[in-house]
Amino acid sequence: MTALIIILCITLLIIVAVQIGKISELAQKIRGEEEVEQEANNRSAYAMLLFLVAFMVFCIVTALYYRNYMLGYGPHESASEHGGRIDSIFNITLVITGIVFVITHIALFWFAYKYRAKKGNKVLYIPHDNKLEVIWTIIPAVVMTILVVGGLDAWNDIMADVREDEDYMEIEATGYQFAWDIRYPGADGVLGARNYKLITATNPIGQDWEDVKNLDDIKPDEIVLPVGKKVRVRITSRDVLHNFYLPHFRVKMDAVPGMPTYFVFTPTKTTAEYRAELKNYPEYQVPALAEEPNGPKLWEAFNYELACAELCGSSHFSMRKIVRIVTQDEYDAWIKTQNSFYLTAIRNTADDPFSGKALPIEMEEIKNEVPSGTSMGTDTVPAESIPVDTLNQDQK
Amino acid sequence: MATLTKIDEEKLIQEQGYNDHFHDHHHGDKYKSNFITTYIFSMDHKIIAKQFLITGMFWAIIGAGMSIIFRLQLGFPEEDYSWLRYLLGKWIVLDEAGVGSLSQEFYYALVTMHGTILVFFVLTAGLSGTFSNLLIPLQVGARDMASPLLNMMSYWFFFMAGLVMFISLFVSTGPFSGGWTAYPPLSALPQASSGSGAGMTLWLVSLVLFVVSVLLGGINYVTTVLNLRTKGMSMWRMPLTIWAFLITAIIGILSFPVLVSGFLLLILDRSLGTSFYLSEIFIGGQALDHVGGSPVLYQHLFWFLGHPEVYIIILPAMGIVSEVLSVHARKPIFGYKAMVLSILAIAFLSFIVWAHHMFMSGVNPFISNFFVLFTLIIAVPSAVKVFNWIATLYGGNIRFNSPMLFAIGFVSMFISGGLTGIFLGNSTIDIQMHDTYFVVAHFHIVMGIAAFFGMFAGIYHWFPKMYSRFMNDTLGKIHFWGTLIGAYAIFWPMHYLGIAGVPRRYYSFDTFDTFRHFGTMNQFITVAAIVVFALQLLFVVNFFYSIWKGKKVTTQNPWGATTLEWTTPITPGHGNWPGNIPAVQRWAYDYGKDGREFISQIEPLAEGEKEH
Repeated sequence: MTALIIILCITLLIIVAVQIGKISELAQKIRGEEEVEQEANNRSAYAMLLFLVAFMVFCIVTALYYRNYMLGYGPHESASEHGGRIDSIFNITLVITGIVFVITHIALFWFAYKYRAKKGNKVLYIPHDNKLEVIWTIIPAVVMTILVVGGLDAWNDIMADVREDEDYMEIEATGYQFAWDIRYPGADGVLGARNYKLITATNPIGQDWEDVKNLDDIKPDEIVLPVGKKVRVRITSRDVLHNFYLPHFRVKMDAVPGMPTYFVFTPTKTTAEYRAELKNYPEYQVPALAEEPNGPKLWEAFNYELACAELCGSSHFSMRKIVRIVTQDEYDAWIKTQNSFYLTAIRNTADDPFSGKALPIEMEEIKNEVPSGTSMGTDTVPAESIPVDTLNQDQK
Repeated sequence: MATLTKIDEEKLIQEQGYNDHFHDHHHGDKYKSNFITTYIFSMDHKIIAKQFLITGMFWAIIGAGMSIIFRLQLGFPEEDYSWLRYLLGKWIVLDEAGVGSLSQEFYYALVTMHGTILVFFVLTAGLSGTFSNLLIPLQVGARDMASPLLNMMSYWFFFMAGLVMFISLFVSTGPFSGGWTAYPPLSALPQASSGSGAGMTLWLVSLVLFVVSVLLGGINYVTTVLNLRTKGMSMWRMPLTIWAFLITAIIGILSFPVLVSGFLLLILDRSLGTSFYLSEIFIGGQALDHVGGSPVLYQHLFWFLGHPEVYIIILPAMGIVSEVLSVHARKPIFGYKAMVLSILAIAFLSFIVWAHHMFMSGVNPFISNFFVLFTLIIAVPSAVKVFNWIATLYGGNIRFNSPMLFAIGFVSMFISGGLTGIFLGNSTIDIQMHDTYFVVAHFHIVMGIAAFFGMFAGIYHWFPKMYSRFMNDTLGKIHFWGTLIGAYAIFWPMHYLGIAGVPRRYYSFDTFDTFRHFGTMNQFITVAAIVVFALQLLFVVNFFYSIWKGKKVTTQNPWGATTLEWTTPITPGHGNWPGNIPAVQRWAYDYGKDGREFISQIEPLAEGEKEH
């Protein structure tokens, strides 16, 4: 029935359209073609002018309405050190292109209006004007040079990898269909070796347990980073292309299977600080969930998010992970609560190459647990049972 | 001074023209013996142009219709779409409450097909195929294409490509769903996505057939323009349409084969176990044997075509708009040589900017420096073209009919979309904007809508030449204003989505706190898209109604244009000119010269008259 009504409506609309067309042609015949054409021409010319005004107003009004989503403005300020540079280059480009946009549109529609056909009009025969053309070749060239120089200066700084002598921390993000796997290097500060052939249900990113650098690696559920600390994210993928995208930090980089990529950035605002800033804006004073009018407000529920920005399959849109930026002290406290993935999931299972052998990493933990000054006792595992050889070889 | 009468023109063609003894041969039998050879397996360039156009329109309706379906899901995700089961069957999934929604897999299939169809079938074949075929012989003064047979094959390869793509919509695992760029490993591994199975195989077959079509057509266009120009038609006297078609064809010939080689390696990876694009992949519960390949290699090969491809789409539209603006402003195109040189510059640069699609793909950031530089240089010739179009309007005597309106609309769209390209071409800004809705807004405006506007301008303008009737101008104006306003209503808000960081190709925005605040905007966009789609159907109605019932063309040169196609009879037969081929005496843009409204290209220079 609905289908019938829809078909009927469409048919009627088509008939109406055809009738409009017929009538306009009929009117032309009755009233004399020239007069009707002249009138229609004037109408179109005025419409051009009207459109120009309406379009400019539309642009300005919508831009004002959405101003709080503009980069580097209001609540949409970057939360990373380099992000501010991206925002300012964006805004400089916005101003320059905005000026060009307004001028060219005014010229286009104003000329269209002004030079509408009138009977007996003489047109200007100007096939070209070399001087004018040189001017409007050089001006864009100069402007583009400024944008290129400014852009590339920032680009090469932002994309530069860390230097050996720099103070930074490294984490690893592995994309897979359809989530992210996050790895921290643990106490040794080094991420252990991986081999995709070793991937199993219990070893989701194929860590090589023979490599002792893996033994202290941590795999938390969320990304927690200390504010103000430079972080190098090693980005990899297990299956198809993904993209490590942190919108608030202006970070984006493809995750490519077989080819680790990286992005270096420094968070500048803790989650708490960012929330405090959002608090100032009325649009963040509404409840976060419509179903819970008395629940947390939008600014209270705010979290930095990690998303995927490269089409990776049917659930591409759901690869969310929360990112928390905390103070150094909070970070230190948090990292202490995180256990090595190896010790919690692999130790003494069939996958553990060191099954039945004591490991230095465990001794470290025991040491930490025993109050200082107390003797370790005599029943410690003898040193020779530790796979020292493996250890040394790998560290070379 | 009065313009030339029809009799004068015929006299001119006879006296000055060139007798190629065309009518001494009995072509009639070979070309026009029955219905099938006249209308189906035709070798006449005018019929082939119509075939390209109508096939393109068919695909445009399918492709745009797909966008309406996925826009519904994006704009109104809560609505019940179980009524779409009649059309989409199992791709509408019902939840426990019986509320139907588009399946995720099919959402991505629709997005992918929308892109593939619009880019290749509509804006490449439908635009350049139609107008190159129609206008090259008519405007350079040739009887037909250099090789009518290859020309016919070009259409039928396109037809077969479409047929295969159409079939792929119906395979049980669904059509390909990995995006129109088909990046491996997603496109290489059926385990990664159900659309990457049979759907992807058909997609590849279809596009290889399509490339054959483009190459056959392209070689023909280039050969015809270079070799079959009539007496007096020097390169610098060619209309800008012909320059645009020539350069478009050359770009296509140089870049499409690279796409095929990229596809070939992908086919090998898919079926013979090679590892060109695949390395260290664990998927579907097992580690694959592929080692050593690089998905980035595919991206290089793809974008080596992919970027020139956007100029393959936009250059013909630019050429058409230059011609239409000049004719209906009754004024010569401003800076003809600069227009030609900027086409050449854009074409050259289009080959050395491909990696600006790959700033964030893991290529060495150092190499991006060069691609940023070359990309932003493109702004210069593009700006020159815009300024010249605007200067063409200055001091004119503008007739606002449908073709002219669309040409002006094109310039507006090209400015709006071109300026956002300056953001995206700057790699620093691209860090944030890459793969967000800002990109969607940018390319839809600058090569989607703008190219469509160029195409509409061309259709309304040359419809009298194609069908000896006019399209209805009132309906054309409704079509124009609705589409202009509607298209901006669809794509302008997307800039704000992109600036807010919302990624493209998301089935739903609800998972993320950052992206979910735009429900109203998404509804607005969807409604605008539906309205614009309906207006295009109005155009289709106008088109077919006018073929049979439109106002008849009564004069040979209804627009008062200078170019050669308007010296042919109202309904040109095979061979285009009944007698001699006209000889060209001047450039194509003598409008308003010496107080005359226009001077046809076939009229000799008066004594002491300088050629522009």
